Amino acid sequence: MMEIKKNHTNTFQNIITMAYRNLLKTLHNPDQFMDVLIQPIMFMILFGYLFGGAIAGGVHAYLPIIVPGILAQTILSAASGSGTQIREDMETGIYDRFKSLPISHIAPLAGQLLADISRLFIACVASLITGYFMGWRPNVSFSWIVVIVLIAIFIGWAISWIYALVGLLAKSATMVESISLMTMLLLSFLSNAFIPIKTLPKVLQAIANLNPMTYVITAIRQILAHGTFSNTTWIVLLAGVAIVLIFAPLTVWAYNKQN
Amino acid sequence: MQVENAIEVKHLFKKFDQQIAVNDVSFTVKKGEVFGLLGPNGAGKTTILRMLTTLLKPNSGDITIFGHDLKTDGKKARATFGVTGQYASVDEDLSAKENLIIFSRLNGLSKKAAHIRANELLKEFSLEKSADKSIKNFSVGMRRRLDLAISLITRPALIFLDEPTTGLDPRTRTQMWDTIRSLVKQGSTIFLTTQYLEEADNLADRVAVIDHGKLIKIGTPDQLKQQLSESTMSLKVENNSDITSASKTLQLRLNNQPKIIDNTITIKFKNTDQVIDSLAELKKQQIGITDFTVQQPTLDDVFMALTVGTN
Repeated sequence: MMEIKKNHTNTFQNIITMAYRNLLKTLHNPDQFMDVLIQPIMFMILFGYLFGGAIAGGVHAYLPIIVPGILAQTILSAASGSGTQIREDMETGIYDRFKSLPISHIAPLAGQLLADISRLFIACVASLITGYFMGWRPNVSFSWIVVIVLIAIFIGWAISWIYALVGLLAKSATMVESISLMTMLLLSFLSNAFIPIKTLPKVLQAIANLNPMTYVITAIRQILAHGTFSNTTWIVLLAGVAIVLIFAPLTVWAYNKQN
Repeated sequence: MQVENAIEVKHLFKKFDQQIAVNDVSFTVKKGEVFGLLGPNGAGKTTILRMLTTLLKPNSGDITIFGHDLKTDGKKARATFGVTGQYASVDEDLSAKENLIIFSRLNGLSKKAAHIRANELLKEFSLEKSADKSIKNFSVGMRRRLDLAISLITRPALIFLDEPTTGLDPRTRTQMWDTIRSLVKQGSTIFLTTQYLEEADNLADRVAVIDHGKLIKIGTPDQLKQQLSESTMSLKVENNSDITSASKTLQLRLNNQPKIIDNTITIKFKNTDQVIDSLAELKKQQIGITDFTVQQPTLDDVFMALTVGTN
Protein backbone atom coordinates (compact mmCIF):
# COMPACT_ATOMS: atom_id res chain seq x y z
CA MET A 1 0.00 0.00 0.00
CA MET A 2 1.26 3.40 -0.92
CA GLU A 3 2.10 5.50 2.10
CA ILE A 4 0.28 8.78 2.13
CA LYS A 5 1.74 11.69 3.93
CA LYS A 6 -0.21 14.76 4.71
CA ASN A 7 1.99 17.52 3.46
CA HIS A 8 1.68 21.04 4.61
CA THR A 9 0.64 22.41 1.29
CA ASN A 10 1.57 25.89 0.28
CA THR A 11 -1.02 28.60 0.13
CA PHE A 12 -0.58 29.23 -3.56
CA GLN A 13 -1.25 25.59 -4.43
CA ASN A 14 -4.33 25.59 -2.19
CA ILE A 15 -5.73 28.66 -3.89
CA ILE A 16 -5.23 27.14 -7.34
CA THR A 17 -7.04 23.98 -6.24
CA MET A 18 -9.90 25.98 -4.75
CA ALA A 19 -10.19 28.03 -7.94
CA TYR A 20 -10.25 24.82 -9.97
CA ARG A 21 -13.05 23.50 -7.78
CA ASN A 22 -14.96 26.69 -8.28
CA LEU A 23 -14.68 26.60 -12.05
CA LEU A 24 -15.72 22.96 -12.14
CA LYS A 25 -18.81 23.96 -10.18
CA THR A 26 -19.60 26.67 -12.71
CA LEU A 27 -19.23 24.20 -15.57
CA HIS A 28 -21.48 21.62 -13.90
CA ASN A 29 -24.07 24.05 -12.65
CA PRO A 30 -26.49 25.29 -15.31
CA ASP A 31 -27.49 28.36 -13.22
CA GLN A 32 -24.00 29.75 -13.05
CA PHE A 33 -23.22 28.75 -16.57
CA MET A 34 -26.23 30.77 -17.71
CA ASP A 35 -24.91 33.83 -15.88
CA VAL A 36 -21.52 33.85 -17.53
CA LEU A 37 -22.20 32.46 -20.98
CA ILE A 38 -25.83 32.34 -22.02
CA GLN A 39 -26.97 35.63 -20.51
CA PRO A 40 -24.50 37.92 -22.35
CA ILE A 41 -25.20 36.19 -25.66
CA MET A 42 -28.94 36.32 -25.16
CA PHE A 43 -29.08 39.95 -24.00
CA MET A 44 -26.80 41.09 -26.79
CA ILE A 45 -28.99 39.52 -29.46
CA LEU A 46 -32.29 40.38 -27.79
CA PHE A 47 -31.59 44.02 -26.93
CA GLY A 48 -29.60 44.59 -30.10
CA TYR A 49 -32.47 43.70 -32.38
CA LEU A 50 -35.18 44.94 -30.02
CA PHE A 51 -33.90 48.47 -29.37
CA GLY A 52 -31.51 48.91 -32.29
CA GLY A 53 -34.08 50.36 -34.69
CA ALA A 54 -35.82 52.55 -32.13
CA ILE A 55 -32.74 54.06 -30.53
CA ALA A 56 -30.12 54.23 -33.24
CA GLY A 57 -32.10 53.72 -36.41
CA GLY A 58 -30.67 50.26 -37.01
CA VAL A 59 -28.81 47.39 -35.40
CA HIS A 60 -25.52 48.27 -37.01
CA ALA A 61 -25.53 51.83 -35.70
CA TYR A 62 -26.66 50.61 -32.28
CA LEU A 63 -23.86 48.09 -31.78
CA PRO A 64 -21.14 50.56 -30.68
CA ILE A 65 -23.58 51.69 -27.95
CA ILE A 66 -24.85 48.35 -26.80
CA VAL A 67 -21.64 46.27 -26.90
CA PRO A 68 -19.98 48.23 -24.07
CA GLY A 69 -23.36 48.31 -22.30
CA ILE A 70 -23.82 44.56 -22.36
CA LEU A 71 -20.16 44.12 -21.43
CA ALA A 72 -20.70 46.17 -18.28
CA GLN A 73 -23.95 44.41 -17.45
CA THR A 74 -22.24 41.06 -17.90
CA ILE A 75 -19.34 41.75 -15.59
CA LEU A 76 -21.77 42.98 -12.97
CA SER A 77 -23.80 39.82 -13.16
CA ALA A 78 -20.74 37.52 -13.28
CA ALA A 79 -19.29 39.33 -10.27
CA SER A 80 -22.50 38.95 -8.31
CA GLY A 81 -22.27 35.17 -8.71
CA SER A 82 -19.41 35.28 -6.23
CA GLY A 83 -21.63 36.20 -3.32
CA THR A 84 -24.20 33.53 -4.08
CA GLN A 85 -21.52 30.86 -4.31
CA ILE A 86 -19.92 31.82 -1.03
CA ARG A 87 -23.28 31.82 0.73
CA GLU A 88 -24.19 28.42 -0.75
CA ASP A 89 -20.87 26.95 0.32
CA MET A 90 -21.40 28.18 3.83
CA GLU A 91 -24.89 26.75 3.92
CA THR A 92 -23.89 23.27 2.76
CA GLY A 93 -21.22 23.06 5.45
CA ILE A 94 -18.43 22.51 2.98
CA TYR A 95 -16.59 25.56 4.28
CA ASP A 96 -16.39 23.83 7.65
CA ARG A 97 -14.74 20.93 5.97
CA PHE A 98 -12.25 23.19 4.23
CA LYS A 99 -11.47 24.85 7.52
CA SER A 100 -10.74 21.50 9.15
CA LEU A 101 -8.10 20.74 6.50
CA PRO A 102 -4.44 21.61 6.96
CA ILE A 103 -4.70 24.34 4.34
CA SER A 104 -4.25 28.05 4.46
CA HIS A 105 -7.28 29.58 6.13
CA ILE A 106 -7.81 32.13 3.39
CA ALA A 107 -7.56 29.66 0.47
CA PRO A 108 -11.30 29.02 -0.02
CA LEU A 109 -12.05 32.74 -0.30
CA ALA A 110 -9.01 33.51 -2.42
CA GLY A 111 -9.78 30.57 -4.71
CA GLN A 112 -13.29 31.90 -5.20
CA LEU A 113 -11.99 35.32 -6.24
CA LEU A 114 -9.39 33.81 -8.53
CA ALA A 115 -12.06 31.73 -10.24
CA ASP A 116 -14.13 34.90 -10.59
CA ILE A 117 -11.43 36.26 -12.90
CA SER A 118 -11.85 33.29 -15.22
CA ARG A 119 -15.62 33.60 -15.14
CA LEU A 120 -15.36 37.30 -15.95
CA PHE A 121 -13.03 36.51 -18.83
CA ILE A 122 -15.48 33.98 -20.30
CA ALA A 123 -18.36 36.44 -19.90
CA CYS A 124 -16.45 39.30 -21.58
CA VAL A 125 -15.34 37.16 -24.49
CA ALA A 126 -18.86 35.80 -24.96
CA SER A 127 -20.38 39.27 -25.20
CA LEU A 128 -17.72 40.63 -27.57
CA ILE A 129 -17.86 37.63 -29.89
CA THR A 130 -21.66 37.81 -30.05
CA GLY A 131 -21.35 41.49 -30.92
CA TYR A 132 -18.85 40.63 -33.62
CA PHE A 133 -21.22 38.12 -35.19
CA MET A 134 -23.97 40.72 -35.19
CA GLY A 135 -21.75 42.98 -37.25
CA TRP A 136 -19.90 45.04 -34.62
CA ARG A 137 -16.52 46.14 -36.01
CA PRO A 138 -14.56 48.38 -33.64
CA ASN A 139 -12.38 51.11 -35.18
CA VAL A 140 -9.42 50.38 -32.95
CA SER A 141 -6.70 47.76 -33.14
CA PHE A 142 -7.02 44.36 -31.45
CA SER A 143 -4.67 45.36 -28.63
CA TRP A 144 -7.24 47.97 -27.51
CA ILE A 145 -9.85 45.22 -27.37
CA VAL A 146 -7.52 43.34 -25.08
CA VAL A 147 -7.21 46.50 -22.97
CA ILE A 148 -10.97 46.89 -22.54
CA VAL A 149 -11.31 43.22 -21.64
CA LEU A 150 -8.63 43.67 -19.00
CA ILE A 151 -10.33 46.79 -17.64
CA ALA A 152 -13.70 45.03 -17.58
CA ILE A 153 -12.22 42.03 -15.76
CA PHE A 154 -10.48 44.26 -13.24
CA ILE A 155 -13.64 46.25 -12.51
CA GLY A 156 -15.70 43.07 -12.32
CA TRP A 157 -13.16 41.55 -9.97
CA ALA A 158 -13.21 44.63 -7.75
CA ILE A 159 -17.02 44.43 -7.62
CA SER A 160 -16.93 40.73 -6.78
CA TRP A 161 -15.20 41.67 -3.49
CA ILE A 162 -18.33 43.66 -2.62
CA TYR A 163 -20.61 40.76 -3.48
CA ALA A 164 -18.35 38.37 -1.57
CA LEU A 165 -18.89 40.54 1.49
CA VAL A 166 -22.64 40.54 0.88
CA GLY A 167 -22.45 36.75 0.56
CA LEU A 168 -20.65 36.43 3.88
CA LEU A 169 -23.03 38.69 5.75
CA ALA A 170 -26.38 37.80 4.16
CA LYS A 171 -28.78 35.39 5.77
CA SER A 172 -29.40 33.08 2.82
CA ALA A 173 -28.29 32.33 -0.71
CA THR A 174 -31.73 33.28 -2.02
CA MET A 175 -31.37 36.69 -0.45
CA VAL A 176 -27.95 37.18 -2.05
CA GLU A 177 -29.46 36.22 -5.38
CA SER A 178 -32.26 38.75 -5.14
CA ILE A 179 -29.86 41.49 -4.02
CA SER A 180 -27.61 40.62 -6.97
CA LEU A 181 -30.43 40.66 -9.46
CA MET A 182 -31.86 43.91 -8.16
CA THR A 183 -28.56 45.78 -8.17
CA MET A 184 -27.74 44.38 -11.58
CA LEU A 185 -31.04 45.56 -13.07
CA LEU A 186 -30.91 49.00 -11.43
CA LEU A 187 -27.28 49.68 -12.22
CA SER A 188 -27.41 48.48 -15.81
CA PHE A 189 -30.75 49.99 -16.84
CA LEU A 190 -30.41 53.30 -15.00
CA SER A 191 -27.24 54.05 -16.94
CA ASN A 192 -26.17 54.83 -20.45
CA ALA A 193 -25.82 51.11 -21.25
CA PHE A 194 -28.73 50.92 -23.66
CA ILE A 195 -30.03 54.44 -24.16
CA PRO A 196 -28.75 58.01 -24.41
CA ILE A 197 -29.15 59.54 -20.95
CA LYS A 198 -30.58 62.74 -22.49
CA THR A 199 -33.86 60.95 -23.21
CA LEU A 200 -34.53 60.34 -19.49
CA PRO A 201 -36.58 62.57 -17.16
CA LYS A 202 -34.43 65.03 -15.18
CA VAL A 203 -34.34 63.04 -11.91
CA LEU A 204 -33.39 59.83 -13.61
CA GLN A 205 -30.78 61.68 -15.66
CA ALA A 206 -29.13 62.83 -12.45
CA ILE A 207 -29.15 59.29 -11.07
CA ALA A 208 -27.87 57.78 -14.30
CA ASN A 209 -25.05 60.32 -14.42
CA LEU A 210 -24.01 59.32 -10.91
CA ASN A 211 -24.26 55.62 -11.65
CA PRO A 212 -20.77 54.09 -11.55
CA MET A 213 -21.74 51.82 -14.45
CA THR A 214 -22.18 54.90 -16.63
CA TYR A 215 -18.54 55.77 -15.98
CA VAL A 216 -17.37 52.26 -16.83
CA ILE A 217 -19.39 52.21 -20.03
CA THR A 218 -18.26 55.69 -21.04
CA ALA A 219 -14.63 54.74 -20.45
CA ILE A 220 -14.96 51.64 -22.61
CA ARG A 221 -16.80 53.51 -25.39
CA GLN A 222 -14.16 56.20 -25.48
CA ILE A 223 -11.38 53.66 -25.82
CA LEU A 224 -13.27 51.84 -28.56
CA ALA A 225 -13.96 55.10 -30.41
CA HIS A 226 -10.63 56.85 -30.11
CA GLY A 227 -8.08 54.29 -28.96
CA THR A 228 -6.96 56.47 -26.03
CA PHE A 229 -7.20 56.53 -22.27
CA SER A 230 -9.49 59.39 -21.28
CA ASN A 231 -9.90 60.95 -17.86
CA THR A 232 -12.93 58.75 -17.30
CA THR A 233 -10.78 55.66 -17.82
CA TRP A 234 -8.42 56.77 -15.09
CA ILE A 235 -11.31 57.61 -12.76
CA VAL A 236 -12.78 54.15 -13.33
CA LEU A 237 -9.46 52.39 -12.72
CA LEU A 238 -8.81 54.42 -9.57
CA ALA A 239 -12.31 53.67 -8.33
CA GLY A 240 -11.61 49.97 -8.94
CA VAL A 241 -8.43 50.18 -6.88
CA ALA A 242 -10.31 52.02 -4.14
CA ILE A 243 -13.03 49.36 -4.04
CA VAL A 244 -10.43 46.62 -3.65
CA LEU A 245 -8.56 48.58 -0.97
CA ILE A 246 -11.76 49.09 1.02
CA PHE A 247 -13.63 45.87 0.44
CA ALA A 248 -10.83 43.29 0.41
CA PRO A 249 -9.92 43.91 4.08
CA LEU A 250 -13.61 44.10 5.05
CA THR A 251 -14.38 40.84 3.27
CA VAL A 252 -11.40 39.06 4.80
CA TRP A 253 -12.43 40.40 8.19
CA ALA A 254 -16.00 39.13 7.76
CA TYR A 255 -14.66 35.80 6.52
CA ASN A 256 -12.43 35.34 9.54
CA LYS A 257 -15.26 36.30 11.84
CA GLN A 258 -17.50 33.53 10.52
CA ASN A 259 -16.19 31.24 13.20
CA MET B 1 5.36 9.95 18.42
CA GLN B 2 5.67 9.67 22.16
CA VAL B 3 2.22 10.90 23.09
CA GLU B 4 -0.04 8.33 24.68
CA ASN B 5 -3.32 10.08 24.12
CA ALA B 6 -4.95 11.00 20.86
CA ILE B 7 -7.10 13.66 22.48
CA GLU B 8 -6.84 15.44 25.81
CA VAL B 9 -9.59 17.80 26.84
CA LYS B 10 -9.38 19.81 30.05
CA HIS B 11 -12.11 21.97 31.54
CA LEU B 12 -13.70 22.83 28.24
CA PHE B 13 -16.24 25.60 28.43
CA LYS B 14 -18.33 27.21 25.69
CA LYS B 15 -21.06 29.79 25.91
CA PHE B 16 -23.30 31.09 23.12
CA ASP B 17 -24.69 34.44 24.18
CA GLN B 18 -26.23 33.61 27.54
CA GLN B 19 -26.60 29.90 26.86
CA ILE B 20 -23.96 27.57 28.28
CA ALA B 21 -23.45 24.90 25.63
CA VAL B 22 -20.50 23.02 27.11
CA ASN B 23 -19.82 23.16 30.81
CA ASP B 24 -16.47 22.09 32.26
CA VAL B 25 -15.98 18.95 30.20
CA SER B 26 -12.74 16.96 30.57
CA PHE B 27 -11.78 13.61 29.07
CA THR B 28 -8.97 11.83 27.29
CA VAL B 29 -9.10 9.54 24.29
CA LYS B 30 -6.34 6.96 24.06
CA LYS B 31 -4.63 6.07 20.83
CA GLY B 32 -6.38 3.33 18.94
CA GLU B 33 -9.63 3.39 20.85
CA VAL B 34 -13.13 4.13 19.70
CA PHE B 35 -14.55 6.85 21.88
CA GLY B 36 -18.25 7.58 21.76
CA LEU B 37 -19.86 10.81 22.82
CA LEU B 38 -23.44 9.98 23.58
CA GLY B 39 -26.28 12.33 24.26
CA PRO B 40 -29.67 13.53 23.09
CA ASN B 41 -30.16 16.29 20.53
CA GLY B 42 -28.88 19.62 21.78
CA ALA B 43 -26.76 18.09 24.54
CA GLY B 44 -23.60 19.76 23.22
CA LYS B 45 -22.10 16.89 21.21
CA THR B 46 -21.61 18.79 18.00
CA THR B 47 -20.32 21.86 19.83
CA ILE B 48 -17.63 19.72 21.45
CA LEU B 49 -16.78 18.12 18.13
CA ARG B 50 -16.51 21.50 16.44
CA MET B 51 -14.12 22.68 19.12
CA LEU B 52 -12.03 19.51 18.80
CA THR B 53 -11.77 20.00 15.05
CA THR B 54 -10.76 23.68 15.37
CA LEU B 55 -13.98 24.94 13.79
CA LEU B 56 -15.00 26.68 16.98
CA LYS B 57 -12.95 28.34 19.69
CA PRO B 58 -13.76 27.43 23.29
CA ASN B 59 -14.30 30.22 25.83
CA SER B 60 -11.89 28.45 28.14
CA GLY B 61 -10.20 25.11 28.57
CA ASP B 62 -7.44 23.23 26.79
CA ILE B 63 -7.51 20.75 23.95
CA THR B 64 -4.50 18.84 22.67
CA ILE B 65 -4.57 16.44 19.75
CA PHE B 66 -1.60 14.09 19.54
CA GLY B 67 0.20 16.57 21.75
CA HIS B 68 -0.55 19.60 19.58
CA ASP B 69 -2.21 22.37 21.53
CA LEU B 70 -5.07 23.64 19.40
CA LYS B 71 -4.51 27.19 20.59
CA THR B 72 -1.02 27.39 19.16
CA ASP B 73 -0.67 24.46 16.81
CA GLY B 74 -4.02 24.24 15.05
CA LYS B 75 -2.64 23.59 11.59
CA LYS B 76 -0.37 20.74 12.77
CA ALA B 77 -3.26 19.21 14.65
CA ARG B 78 -5.50 19.45 11.58
CA ALA B 79 -2.93 17.44 9.64
CA THR B 80 -3.52 14.46 11.94
CA PHE B 81 -7.26 14.01 11.65
CA GLY B 82 -10.15 13.66 9.23
CA VAL B 83 -13.69 14.87 9.87
CA THR B 84 -17.00 13.54 8.65
CA GLY B 85 -19.77 15.96 9.38
CA GLN B 86 -23.31 15.45 10.48
CA TYR B 87 -24.71 16.43 7.14
CA ALA B 88 -22.47 14.89 4.54
CA SER B 89 -20.67 17.98 3.35
CA VAL B 90 -19.62 17.14 -0.16
CA ASP B 91 -19.67 19.31 -3.23
CA GLU B 92 -23.12 18.87 -4.74
CA ASP B 93 -22.25 20.10 -8.20
CA LEU B 94 -19.22 17.87 -8.61
CA SER B 95 -18.88 14.17 -9.25
CA ALA B 96 -17.68 11.72 -6.61
CA LYS B 97 -14.30 11.44 -8.25
CA GLU B 98 -13.86 15.19 -8.61
CA ASN B 99 -14.66 15.59 -4.93
CA LEU B 100 -12.04 13.04 -3.98
CA ILE B 101 -9.42 14.55 -6.26
CA ILE B 102 -9.98 18.09 -5.02
CA PHE B 103 -9.79 17.07 -1.39
CA SER B 104 -6.72 14.96 -2.13
CA ARG B 105 -5.05 17.97 -3.70
CA LEU B 106 -6.01 20.14 -0.74
CA ASN B 107 -4.42 17.55 1.49
CA GLY B 108 -1.17 17.95 -0.37
CA LEU B 109 -1.22 14.97 -2.73
CA SER B 110 0.34 15.45 -6.13
CA LYS B 111 -1.92 15.32 -9.19
CA LYS B 112 -0.94 11.75 -9.93
CA ALA B 113 -1.21 10.60 -6.32
CA ALA B 114 -4.62 12.30 -6.05
CA HIS B 115 -5.94 10.31 -9.02
CA ILE B 116 -4.56 7.04 -7.67
CA ARG B 117 -5.96 7.67 -4.20
CA ALA B 118 -9.35 8.73 -5.57
CA ASN B 119 -9.62 5.49 -7.53
CA GLU B 120 -8.55 3.43 -4.52
CA LEU B 121 -11.18 5.01 -2.32
CA LEU B 122 -13.92 4.72 -4.94
CA LYS B 123 -13.19 1.02 -5.07
CA GLU B 124 -12.95 0.64 -1.30
CA PHE B 125 -16.32 2.30 -0.79
CA SER B 126 -17.98 0.63 -3.81
CA LEU B 127 -18.61 3.90 -5.58
CA GLU B 128 -16.76 3.00 -8.78
CA LYS B 129 -19.89 2.81 -10.89
CA SER B 130 -21.05 6.23 -9.79
CA ALA B 131 -17.61 7.83 -9.87
CA ASP B 132 -18.44 10.34 -12.60
CA LYS B 133 -22.06 10.96 -11.71
CA SER B 134 -23.18 14.17 -10.09
CA ILE B 135 -23.69 13.75 -6.36
CA LYS B 136 -27.11 15.37 -6.59
CA ASN B 137 -28.48 11.97 -7.60
CA PHE B 138 -26.75 10.04 -4.84
CA SER B 139 -28.68 8.25 -2.11
CA VAL B 140 -28.07 9.26 1.50
CA GLY B 141 -26.01 6.12 2.02
CA MET B 142 -23.78 6.77 -0.98
CA ARG B 143 -23.30 10.36 0.10
CA ARG B 144 -22.22 9.26 3.56
CA ARG B 145 -19.81 6.74 2.09
CA LEU B 146 -18.27 9.41 -0.10
CA ASP B 147 -18.13 11.77 2.85
CA LEU B 148 -16.28 9.16 4.88
CA ALA B 149 -14.01 8.35 1.95
CA ILE B 150 -13.03 12.03 1.76
CA SER B 151 -12.03 12.13 5.39
CA LEU B 152 -9.92 9.01 4.88
CA ILE B 153 -7.85 10.34 2.00
CA THR B 154 -4.70 10.71 4.06
CA ARG B 155 -5.36 7.67 6.23
CA PRO B 156 -5.49 9.94 9.26
CA ALA B 157 -4.55 8.59 12.67
CA LEU B 158 -7.68 10.12 14.15
CA ILE B 159 -11.13 10.24 12.61
CA PHE B 160 -14.02 12.35 13.85
CA LEU B 161 -17.44 11.05 12.94
CA ASP B 162 -20.39 13.28 13.73
CA GLU B 163 -23.50 11.10 13.94
CA PRO B 164 -22.28 8.84 11.16
CA THR B 165 -25.52 6.91 10.79
CA THR B 166 -28.22 9.48 11.51
CA GLY B 167 -30.82 9.19 8.78
CA LEU B 168 -29.57 5.90 7.37
CA ASP B 169 -31.75 2.84 6.90
CA PRO B 170 -30.85 -0.22 8.99
CA ARG B 171 -28.99 -1.96 6.18
CA THR B 172 -26.84 1.03 5.30
CA ARG B 173 -26.26 1.60 8.98
CA THR B 174 -24.88 -1.90 9.42
CA GLN B 175 -22.64 -1.34 6.39
CA MET B 176 -21.39 1.88 7.94
CA TRP B 177 -20.66 0.08 11.19
CA ASP B 178 -18.67 -2.55 9.31
CA THR B 179 -16.68 0.19 7.61
CA ILE B 180 -15.96 1.86 10.93
CA ARG B 181 -14.88 -1.47 12.46
CA SER B 182 -12.46 -2.10 9.63
CA LEU B 183 -10.97 1.34 10.22
CA VAL B 184 -10.41 0.41 13.82
CA LYS B 185 -8.64 -2.75 12.73
CA GLN B 186 -6.27 -0.64 10.69
CA GLY B 187 -5.32 1.14 13.88
CA SER B 188 -7.22 4.40 13.62
CA THR B 189 -8.46 6.23 16.66
CA ILE B 190 -12.10 7.11 16.28
CA PHE B 191 -14.12 9.78 18.02
CA LEU B 192 -17.79 9.52 17.25
CA THR B 193 -20.87 11.31 18.42
CA THR B 194 -24.18 9.57 18.37
CA GLN B 195 -27.65 9.77 19.75
CA TYR B 196 -28.12 6.04 19.27
CA LEU B 197 -27.23 4.07 22.34
CA GLU B 198 -27.13 0.91 20.31
CA GLU B 199 -24.47 2.44 18.12
CA ALA B 200 -22.24 3.43 21.02
CA ASP B 201 -22.74 -0.01 22.51
CA ASN B 202 -21.78 -1.68 19.23
CA LEU B 203 -18.78 0.39 18.30
CA ALA B 204 -17.28 2.24 21.21
CA ASP B 205 -14.60 1.05 23.62
CA ARG B 206 -15.49 3.86 25.96
CA VAL B 207 -18.50 6.10 26.10
CA ALA B 208 -18.99 9.54 27.59
CA VAL B 209 -22.60 10.38 28.34
CA ILE B 210 -23.37 14.05 28.00
CA ASP B 211 -26.51 16.00 28.70
CA HIS B 212 -27.13 19.74 28.91
CA GLY B 213 -23.47 20.40 28.17
CA LYS B 214 -22.25 18.43 31.15
CA LEU B 215 -20.38 15.16 31.23
CA ILE B 216 -22.50 12.79 33.27
CA LYS B 217 -20.60 9.51 33.12
CA ILE B 218 -17.64 8.07 31.34
CA GLY B 219 -16.65 4.41 31.01
CA THR B 220 -16.86 1.27 28.90
CA PRO B 221 -20.36 0.32 27.77
CA ASP B 222 -20.19 -2.58 30.23
CA GLN B 223 -19.15 -0.35 33.11
CA LEU B 224 -21.99 1.99 32.34
CA LYS B 225 -24.39 -0.87 32.30
CA GLN B 226 -23.03 -2.14 35.61
CA GLN B 227 -23.70 1.29 37.00
CA LEU B 228 -27.25 0.35 36.62
CA SER B 229 -26.08 -2.96 38.04
CA GLU B 230 -29.20 -4.98 37.41
CA SER B 231 -29.46 -7.58 34.70
CA THR B 232 -32.64 -9.43 33.99
CA MET B 233 -33.13 -13.15 33.70
CA SER B 234 -36.19 -14.98 32.65
CA LEU B 235 -36.96 -18.68 32.75
CA LYS B 236 -39.79 -20.92 31.76
CA VAL B 237 -40.95 -23.68 34.04
CA GLU B 238 -41.94 -27.01 32.57
CA ASN B 239 -44.99 -27.61 34.74
CA ASN B 240 -47.33 -24.79 35.50
CA SER B 241 -47.90 -26.27 38.96
CA ASP B 242 -44.30 -25.48 39.91
CA ILE B 243 -44.57 -21.80 39.15
CA THR B 244 -45.39 -20.58 42.65
CA SER B 245 -42.65 -22.49 44.44
CA ALA B 246 -40.13 -21.58 41.72
CA SER B 247 -40.88 -17.88 41.98
CA LYS B 248 -40.71 -18.05 45.79
CA THR B 249 -37.25 -19.61 45.60
CA LEU B 250 -36.02 -17.02 43.14
CA GLN B 251 -37.45 -14.17 45.19
CA LEU B 252 -35.62 -15.45 48.26
CA ARG B 253 -32.28 -16.08 46.56
CA LEU B 254 -32.15 -12.98 44.40
CA ASN B 255 -33.80 -10.57 46.76
CA ASN B 256 -36.07 -9.17 44.11
CA GLN B 257 -39.71 -9.19 43.08
CA PRO B 258 -40.34 -11.62 40.20
CA LYS B 259 -42.88 -11.05 37.44
CA ILE B 260 -44.92 -13.99 36.25
CA ILE B 261 -46.49 -14.28 32.83
CA ASP B 262 -47.91 -17.71 31.97
CA ASN B 263 -45.06 -20.14 32.57
CA THR B 264 -42.36 -17.52 32.51
CA ILE B 265 -40.74 -15.86 35.48
CA THR B 266 -38.78 -12.65 34.94
CA ILE B 267 -36.60 -11.27 37.68
CA LYS B 268 -33.77 -8.77 38.08
CA PHE B 269 -30.46 -9.69 39.72
CA LYS B 270 -27.14 -8.15 40.68
CA ASN B 271 -24.80 -11.03 41.26
CA THR B 272 -24.14 -13.94 38.92
CA ASP B 273 -23.31 -16.32 41.83
CA GLN B 274 -26.78 -15.83 43.21
CA VAL B 275 -28.21 -16.94 39.90
CA ILE B 276 -26.17 -20.14 39.89
CA ASP B 277 -27.23 -20.86 43.46
CA SER B 278 -30.87 -20.25 42.70
CA LEU B 279 -30.78 -22.51 39.67
CA ALA B 280 -29.15 -25.24 41.72
CA GLU B 281 -31.88 -24.83 44.30
CA LEU B 282 -34.55 -25.22 41.63
CA LYS B 283 -32.88 -28.37 40.42
CA LYS B 284 -32.83 -29.72 43.97
CA GLN B 285 -36.58 -29.14 44.15
CA GLN B 286 -36.82 -31.00 40.82
CA ILE B 287 -38.45 -28.09 39.03
CA GLY B 288 -37.87 -28.49 35.31
CA ILE B 289 -36.79 -25.47 33.26
CA THR B 290 -37.34 -25.33 29.51
CA ASP B 291 -36.08 -21.92 28.61
CA PHE B 292 -33.53 -19.63 30.21
CA THR B 293 -32.22 -16.22 29.13
CA VAL B 294 -30.17 -13.47 30.75
CA GLN B 295 -30.35 -9.93 29.52
CA GLN B 296 -27.94 -7.15 30.36
CA PRO B 297 -29.38 -3.66 30.63
CA THR B 298 -29.17 -1.79 27.34
CA LEU B 299 -27.51 1.58 27.14
CA ASP B 300 -31.01 2.93 26.73
CA ASP B 301 -31.73 1.87 30.28
CA VAL B 302 -28.48 3.44 31.42
CA PHE B 303 -29.21 6.63 29.61
CA MET B 304 -32.68 6.93 31.02
CA ALA B 305 -31.36 6.27 34.50
CA LEU B 306 -28.50 8.74 34.19
CA THR B 307 -30.48 11.59 32.76
CA VAL B 308 -33.49 11.05 34.91
CA GLY B 309 -34.84 14.26 36.33
CA THR B 310 -32.57 16.46 34.23
CA ASN B 311 -35.03 16.69 31.39
